[in-house]
Parts: sequence; C-alpha cells; structure tokens
Amino acid sequence: MAQILSPQVASEQHLVAHWQSRLFRSTLNNRSLAIGLLIIASLGIVALLAPWLAPHDPYLQNTANRMVPPFWHDTGSWTHPLGTDRLGRDYLSRLIYGTRISLFIGLVVALISGLIGTTMGVLAGYFGGRVDAVVSYLLTTRLAMPVVLVALAMASLIGGSMLTVTLLLGLLLWDRFAVVARSATQQLRDAEYVQAAQALGCPLPYILLREVLPNIAGALIVVATLEVANAILLEATLSFLGMGVQPPSPSWGLMIAEGKTYMFFQPWVITIPGCALFVLVLAINLLGDGLRDLSAPGGRNE
Amino acid sequence: MWAFVLKRTLIALSVALTISVLCFSLLQLSGDLALSIGGPEATAEQVEQIRVEYGLDRPVVQQFTTWLWGAVQLDFGRSYYYQSEVMDLVVERLPVTMTLGILALAIALGVSIPLGVVAALKRGSWIDRAAMTIAVTGQAMPNFWFGLTLIIVFAVKLQWFPAAGSDSWQGFVLPAIALGYYATPAMMRLTRSGMLEVLEADYIRTARAKGLRTGTVIFKHALRNAVIPVVALAAVELGFMLGGSVVIETVFSLRGLGQLAWNAISRNDYPVVQAIVLIIALFYIVLTLLADILNAVLDPRLRAR
Amino acid sequence: MSNLSTAEHSAATSSPLLTVKQLRVDLPVAKGTLHAVRGIDFHVERGEMLCLVGESGCGKSMTSLALMGLLPRKAQVNANCLNFDGVDLLTVSERERSNLRGARMAMIFQEPMTALNPAYTLGNQLCEALRRHQRVSRKAAHDRALYLLERVGISAAEERMRQYPHQLSGGLRQRVMIAMALMCEPDLIIADEPTTALDVTIQAQILHLLRDLQQEFGTAIIFITHDLGVVARIADRVAVMYAGEVIETASAKALFQAPSHPYTQGLLRCIPTPGKTLPGSRLQAIQGVVPSLVEKVNGCAFCNRCDQADERCHTTPPLHAVADGHLSRCHYAQQLAKPAPLNAQEEPL
Repeated sequence: MAQILSPQVASEQHLVAHWQSRLFRSTLNNRSLAIGLLIIASLGIVALLAPWLAPHDPYLQNTANRMVPPFWHDTGSWTHPLGTDRLGRDYLSRLIYGTRISLFIGLVVALISGLIGTTMGVLAGYFGGRVDAVVSYLLTTRLAMPVVLVALAMASLIGGSMLTVTLLLGLLLWDRFAVVARSATQQLRDAEYVQAAQALGCPLPYILLREVLPNIAGALIVVATLEVANAILLEATLSFLGMGVQPPSPSWGLMIAEGKTYMFFQPWVITIPGCALFVLVLAINLLGDGLRDLSAPGGRNE
Repeated sequence: MWAFVLKRTLIALSVALTISVLCFSLLQLSGDLALSIGGPEATAEQVEQIRVEYGLDRPVVQQFTTWLWGAVQLDFGRSYYYQSEVMDLVVERLPVTMTLGILALAIALGVSIPLGVVAALKRGSWIDRAAMTIAVTGQAMPNFWFGLTLIIVFAVKLQWFPAAGSDSWQGFVLPAIALGYYATPAMMRLTRSGMLEVLEADYIRTARAKGLRTGTVIFKHALRNAVIPVVALAAVELGFMLGGSVVIETVFSLRGLGQLAWNAISRNDYPVVQAIVLIIALFYIVLTLLADILNAVLDPRLRAR
Repeated sequence: MSNLSTAEHSAATSSPLLTVKQLRVDLPVAKGTLHAVRGIDFHVERGEMLCLVGESGCGKSMTSLALMGLLPRKAQVNANCLNFDGVDLLTVSERERSNLRGARMAMIFQEPMTALNPAYTLGNQLCEALRRHQRVSRKAAHDRALYLLERVGISAAEERMRQYPHQLSGGLRQRVMIAMALMCEPDLIIADEPTTALDVTIQAQILHLLRDLQQEFGTAIIFITHDLGVVARIADRVAVMYAGEVIETASAKALFQAPSHPYTQGLLRCIPTPGKTLPGSRLQAIQGVVPSLVEKVNGCAFCNRCDQADERCHTTPPLHAVADGHLSRCHYAQQLAKPAPLNAQEEPL
C-alpha cells in the first residue's frame, strides 16, 4: 500500500475553517484587552492617588449643602462636580475613595479564593481517585449553597465590615478555580515532562509547583479576572443590602443603597455609583476575555 | 441509565445532608437562642423556660437529629419573629419566587438562544457584534442597580409597569427582566459557541450533502446538538436565580422567599434563614439532577453510561 | 488543448455524466490566496468508477466539495465547464443545487465516526434524505431504508433502524453512510476516502461492497483516495492529482502498465511488491516537498522533485495524449510511456 505522506500536511479544510475567525478574533480581542487594561490602570491610579485626587474629604458632612446635583444640572456647580449626598458629602470624593474598596476587595478575594480553589483543584487533578472524590464532593456542596444568601446570613452573624466581606467571599468563591485547576491538571498529569519529572524522582512539591502550576497559570489568571469582577459585584450587593461594608465607608454599593430613597427625584444618586461599578467590572471582563483568547489562540470563543 | 440516576441521587442526598449540617451550625453560631427567642424583656426564668420548651438544653447532636427529623418531614420549627410555623411562611411565599424564577429563566432563554443562534450563523456581522456587546455589558451590570434603573425608567418615568408588588402579572415583568438578564450572557455565549462548533461538525456536512433545506440543517441537525449544554446551564442558572431572588425581591418589594430570607436575616430569625438556605440548596440539587437526566435524554450517547 | 479534445472525442460514445473543464478553487488564507485546485479537467462516464488519487493537500477533497457545492462561501469556484448530466453546476441556483444533492449526486465521507448526527436514530437519518427529495410515505421510506441496510450487509436491520450512531462500529456506520447515499438512487456518488479510517479487513469489505453496488445499481462513483493499492482493486479509470492539477489520466490498466508521468512512476515505486521487495529493504520515497499553492506555480509543479527535470520543465507542460484516453502533463510523456524501464527500476536497492 502506498501511503503518500506529504510534509506539507496543511489539510485544506482546516485552513478554510479557521483562517478568518482567528484573524478577526485576535484583532478584536487585543483591542478589548487594551481597553480593559487601560481602564483598570487608570482606576488603579485613581485608587492609589485618592487623597491627592479627591477634591474634598469623603467623610466631611455639610448639612447646609445637601443633595447638590452634579455639574450638568442647572443648579449644579463645579465645587462639587458630581454633587453631594444626603449628608452633604462630596460625591466625587466618595466615588474616588470607593475605588479603593472595590479594587481591594476584588483583588484580595480573588487571592484567597484562588489559593483555596487552586490547591484543591491541583490536588484533585493530580492524584485523582479518593482525593478527587472528596474535592468533587466539596465542590458540589459548595455549588449548592446560595452564595448571596449564605454570605448575607454569615455577615449578619459576625457583623458586616470590609474584613468580614472579604473573608466570607474569599471562602465562598473558590469553586471556579477548583474546577479549572482540576481539569487543567488532569490534562497535564499525563504530559511527558510531568512524567519525566516523576521518573527522575523529583519531590512532589517540586512537580506541582514547578511543572504543573506554571502550565495551568494561564487558565487560572482568566478565572481570577472573572472572580475579581464577581467579588466586586457581590461586595456591592452585600453593601447595598446593608450587610457588607458599613457606613460611613464610601462603598459604591452602599452609596446606591443610601441614594435609593432619593432616586425617583434625583436619579443621579444611584446612576453615578452604578456607572462606576459598571465601568470597572466591564473593564475587568474585557481584560479577562482578551486574556482568554491570548492563552487559547484559535480555541473556542466561548 | 438507571445506575447513573441512582448514583446521582445518592450524591445529591449526601450533599443535602452536608448542607443541613451547615445550616444547623449556622443556627448554633447565632448565639444563645433562648435569649433571642425571649427577646430583651425576658427574665432569666422565662429564658430558662424557653430553653427547656424548645429543647435547647439538650446535647447539640440530639438537637440536630431532632431538627433533621423534622426537616425531613418538612417541619422546620417555629419562626422567632413571626411566631408561626416556618413551613407555613415558606409555603405562602414560595409561589411568588417560583413564578419570578421561571419567568426570568423564560426571558433569559427566549433572548439568549435566538440571539446566540443568529450570532453564530452571521458570525462577524453587526448582529454578532451587537450580541457580544450585550453579553459583555450585561455581565458587568450589578443586578440590584439594573433593577433600580428599570424602576426609574419603566415604572416612574414611563409608568408602564408597577414599581413594586406581586398582586398582578405586571408586577413580575420588571423583576423577571432584572433577574433574567444576568443569566443571558452566559447562555448566549454557550449557544453561540455551541452552534459554531456544531456547524463545523461532519454530520452537518452530511446533512447538507443530503440536500436538506437550510432550515432543517440548522434547526433539526445543528441546534438540537448545540442546545444540550445550554439546557444544563439553564437548570443551574435557575438555581442561582432562586438564590439571587433575595436581592431582586428586596429591590421590588415582592413578598417571596428572598424577601422573607432578608427580613429573617435582619431580625436574627435563624430558623427561617436556615430553612430557606436548605430549601434553595435542595432546589439547586434537584435542578442539577434534572439537568443531568435531561441531558441524557437529549444526548443518546450519554444514556449508555 | 487539441490533445484534450481528441482524447475526449474518442472516449465519448454518449455524453459523459459529469464534465469538468478548467476547474479552479481559490481560498482566501491569512497569507494570500490558496490556489487549492488549479484548472483541472476530467469527466465521469455513466456507471464507471473513477479514482481520484493524490497525497493530502493536492486538492482532491476540494474538488469533490466543489462538485457537491459544499465549499464554504468564501471559496471561489471557477471553471470553463462544470456540467452534470446537462445541468450547468456553475449557474444553477442554490435551491436547484440542493435538489440535486442527495437525490442525483450523493457523497460518502472519510470519517464514519462523526459523519452521522449523534442525536437521531439511523432510521430517521436514512429516511429524511428520501423524504426530502421524493413524495413518499413514511412507510415507503422506511421500507427503502430497510432494504438498503440489508443490501449493504447490515444484519438485524429493523433493530438497527432504531439505534443511534454511537451504538455502531465504524465499519457499520460507513455501511449506513453508503446506504444513505443510495437512498434516492443517485447517478453519481462521490466517495471521499471512505475506507481510510477503517481497519484493513473492514476496508476490503467496504471496497467490495462499493464495487458490487456500483455494478448492481449502475451508479457512477468518483472514488477519492491516496492509496494506489485501493485504486488497483476497484478503478475503471484513474486521475492522478498533484499540487492542484490532474497530472495524468488513464484507464486503470494503462496507468499501472505504462505510467507516463514521473510523479505517477514515483508513486508506483513506493509500493512494495510481494516477492520482489526483500524484507528489511528500504522502500523508495519521493524526495523533496510539494510547492506552496499560495504562490503562483511556474512551470511543471513537480519539477523540483523530479530527477529527470531539465530547462524545459520550467515552462508549463500541456496535457499530452500518450495513448487513446491516456493523458499526461509532462514534456517527456511520450518517452516515459514505454513500460519496460519501470521493472528495472523496481528492483530493490
């Protein structure tokens, strides 16, 4: 039998299927990556430089100057570009300081949950068998618990504060890390370089940290962006419901809760912090989408 | 097939048991129950009487088995605040939450599947880009804020729908949108990527080689296979929606399970909180189990397992 | 071109079922345009088995998809003539095209494992082809499917009709695909490497079956393969493709006896011959690589791998008729056509 082997095995159909989508996607996503990074970087600078950027003290009350509308209203002024709240505190300054809360909680929660989830996922994926069964069981249990409800109940027990919210969400949001780390490690377990390391008698921590972890890091970073966004939204939700960050802290969720009573007549009190949340979370999601396509070029655009 | 269902049911039952342990621990963590029940004016004697009456003087394990035995019979004890059976409160509120959840799911499916299919068919077109934009922006909007914005626009400014209340079907429209849109992006992306993958499958080429009409190829051969993972996701999302109802029901003042939960949490009414967490977890477990079974029905290859 | 017309004239007793002249398929790719098929000519007589042979990437699958009208929309198909039994496939509407597909021209694909929809029963997928094209009752379609399943050698056909693709082995699925192609009694079946994915024993059975069915139903088959062993077993006529061109066409007998293109000769040398190829000896291979089809190919596409190439080969060779119905795209076709030297070259090293 003559098996004709061509060195140029570029199957025509494959070329047809992928050329265009890839081109289109890489430009599109590099753009979303760039936009996402740009927004996050600017907000990061805002958070760091809050004391210098904020025009007023975010906690300073001025009962004579309550509910001043933003500058685009007829009665607005540039002294308070985004107006003041019901206690006369400068809205822009509160918004700027609120960036710190959102970013801090988002990052720390992703760090804690990433640590928990990755450890569980890598162990389950690498060892399989009973370890995997236990982790999968914990995962199923965790997924069955309604996050908002449990977080609310626990926060009301312990008492809501930035620390409680961070810890609670960190302990609750590890599921996606575990799922991704587990399946990625399972695929790696049989990779030749991992087996080579095993054959050489490398110690287990070395294999896990030096051979496995760097190779699943890409996928984990994508999950991390998702979880930062998720944590920021959940913090806002808990604060909105009064069980998260407590007054007078300028959490964006809390600002929306405090503005709720006035929203029918002065919608900007909830529109402004809402938009801030939206832009931040959107930027993180864009970054995540961009990273996902970088780490899996030509992969599924899911 | 039956072995698979049995295995999944056993796992579901043990997960439910674990969650009930966690719920019970929640009750124990909430401090001295007898003090909470008695209220601030109760004397030491009254508190002691309550302790005996509610069985709080017994060992924790015995209290747990008693509670669990009750929970199995759908008896979750009495509410501290409402002074009535927890189960009665739940039964009264459940229809509102279920209506809301199912409506929200219907909206999410009704938007995401057609949009996902069109986006996949017209990949790279303006429809595709619009759909992806909706997906990305939708996921970035906090749902309580979206709910409030809906109230401002459609209830206050346009006065199309009531801002609150569950007396008529109109009252459910805005909350269902606010709850449903959050699940839309994920389901739309999954439909789109599923369709894209399936449309490149060999059996689609076979179907076209048979001369089948485009509609038959897309709906009979492609969509049927692309929609299988979406069904599983939809069940999971419904579970999340029931959990997320606490936010939306608070925003829209709907007398559902979520609002009951929030009231109970803010009043330290832990038997109610405990019961609702367990019930929502059970719903989630049952829904994922149903999704697995439904998947097996839709995908003949899974039936053999 | 004069060579072509004389060759065609002598071969044609009645008009051929399919006539392809100067078929070109261009695909836009990242680096430019891939000229996957670069002006090929061939025809298929009614009821004959034409084998399209070539290595992967030579454009044979593209040719078959172009004939079926199944290429992606961005692919450009041009031809001087693409005539299927009086129907001009170049100008026909998509609607009429889909009326032909499955009804008068059917296709069998390479991968039986993935070519059937996992969500529907075999009966469903068999019957839908017939019911799409002919107004027949459910019962009649069912009976036809049952008859064909039995005919392609599937036992317990009634039961199989209710089964799903994953319950069948690859060989059985390919039999189902063949039955499916036959549902509307097409005039032409295009079989794109239908046996490549199968075990060798199953492969032989399927080849037998196709040959039998072709004779029984009088269906013309374009059999696409990279395997000259398969060609030798079943072909009436052969068209050898290289780098998007047909470089040699001949009756199967003539091709194996007197290959008239260096590439065909090279391919034949790669086949180990029982009794002649000693155990442990090295099989010959054709040195070099296929030219990139993204750029324009100047002169003979094979000249960079041909040990007999000279200055003249940098000009594009026309199709030479070396014998009646035997065409070769080589400047030295006439000299090469002498069968004698081949056996000498076939001696093991």
